Amino acid sequence: MTDKFDKVPADPDPSADAVSKTGGDIPPEAMKAIPVRHYGRWISAVVVLALLALLINAFATAKKIQWNAVGEYVFDSTVLAGAGRTLLISVLAMIMGVVLGVILAVMRMSKNPVTSSVAWFYIWIFRGTPVYVQLLIWFNLALVFETLNLGPIYKDEMVQVMTPFMAALLGLGLNEAAYMAEICRAGLMAVDEGQTEAAHALGMSHGKTLRRIVIPQAMRVIVPPTGNEFINMLKTSSLVYVVTYNELLRATSTIGSTSYAVMEMLFVACIWYLVMTSVFSVFQYYLERRYARGSLRQLPPTPWQKVKANMLGMGRERGAGA
Amino acid sequence: MTAMVKAEGVHKSFGAVQVLKGIDLEVQTGEVFCLIGPSGSGKSTFLRCINHLEKINAGRLYVDGELVGYRQKGDKLYELKDSEVALQRRDIGMVFQRFNLFPHMTALENVMEAPVQVKGTNKAQAKERARELLDRVGLADKAGNYPSQLSGGQQQRVAIARALAMDPKLMLFDEPTSALDPELVGDVLDVMRDLAESGMTMVVVTHEMGFAREVGDSLVFMDGGVVVESGDPREVLTNPQHERTQAFLSKVL
Repeated sequence: MTDKFDKVPADPDPSADAVSKTGGDIPPEAMKAIPVRHYGRWISAVVVLALLALLINAFATAKKIQWNAVGEYVFDSTVLAGAGRTLLISVLAMIMGVVLGVILAVMRMSKNPVTSSVAWFYIWIFRGTPVYVQLLIWFNLALVFETLNLGPIYKDEMVQVMTPFMAALLGLGLNEAAYMAEICRAGLMAVDEGQTEAAHALGMSHGKTLRRIVIPQAMRVIVPPTGNEFINMLKTSSLVYVVTYNELLRATSTIGSTSYAVMEMLFVACIWYLVMTSVFSVFQYYLERRYARGSLRQLPPTPWQKVKANMLGMGRERGAGA
Repeated sequence: MTAMVKAEGVHKSFGAVQVLKGIDLEVQTGEVFCLIGPSGSGKSTFLRCINHLEKINAGRLYVDGELVGYRQKGDKLYELKDSEVALQRRDIGMVFQRFNLFPHMTALENVMEAPVQVKGTNKAQAKERARELLDRVGLADKAGNYPSQLSGGQQQRVAIARALAMDPKLMLFDEPTSALDPELVGDVLDVMRDLAESGMTMVVVTHEMGFAREVGDSLVFMDGGVVVESGDPREVLTNPQHERTQAFLSKVL
């Protein structure tokens, strides 16, 4: 990674750069050699492009796909509301997953055998059963518990409490917590023990050591898989279709079945899922970059820096005859 | 002169393995006390017992007259709470073989961390003091660098500055130069020599016999979890009395 970044020329003139690299005495004459021809690369590129063209052509010319319907419904208010709900439920379930996951990870690593076993049991149950089934169980809870009775604090009919939204949130969030717990635990264990010792030797308490020294370093290990979990969550949230929560997939399918544009509406859903996952991927990149501080000698370039470097580097590559 | 560290019959075992089998020694205030011995002799373990990173199994260990990790009431011994142990450790600086700098903080932030977080020193003051300390170890220009951007010798000097930032009354060095390239050892030893001249009480586990001879006030040779020989470093190193000391020194000198 550092290599690539080092190649960014300080000045755009490739020949001047070559001089400085040799140490500045007498510039040797540039190597004049006929580059190796990579015929295989050309052939494979042509084959791949041809196949891709065939595929695109099949979709573009298919008579039964009404492409104008896709365009028409992409910004439909029902679809946008559905996409909004997908985002909402994903974010809320993820927050629930992270908070509970951290608690579970700490419980799991605790010296108290009761708390660590309870956390183990939770993770075993929620990771060991499909999230689809878990969603159905929450949704149908009223079948076995007619009322929710939290003593003096709260009491209501279960049907009133377990709305599609609640079932979706609990189903996704509690499931996510089990995965987040394992991710957090791995992150905390990845921090060298010498760090804790150094902090303790300076007189820092357990809590401060965890907060100031261990967690910031664990974040480097925790953030990338957490980002992946969120991207997964955006897509997994389509499963809450089954608890009749009106998210993106449900919104688009409803339109699809009434307007006889089933496939078209699925494409619309795909477009929005792609938009959401892509936007988040960019955000994740910057987040990871932030937590890489100190662990890399040089931070990786931002996408924009990469584009600039590539544009400058292009001419240079050609100039060198690669 | 009073004893800064006093050990009476200190025992330590890891499971069934007995690492320290009754250590008795005294480190006087202001002296440089060197611990030498073959690996596995228990010298690092003993050092780690002094600031309670390891719990001793038997015996008594005092720092500046205070029992480490325990409180004695009558004839009963009470374990100290974590917060009380932390309070004792404030006054004892430690430098590790593998530096253990905090990699997510710059050199300056590493040195500021403990005064700000533990003592509650205000940031501006801590920063000024941290700059002074980095200057003292010859790294004023590296304040903004992360540990990964520093050489081993520079990292170890930052680690010394970090320990000094708490104004300790005692400094522990656990083989501070063993993980360094040979040409970087000198810089770290120079800093330690300066520190010794300023009157700091230092306990140094080391393989640098030159340093022990030149800077050390007392020296202890440990082997197999016991003190084999002790005395003036120049005396012990040039004219060892005990057979095992002779064997060890003939290999390292």
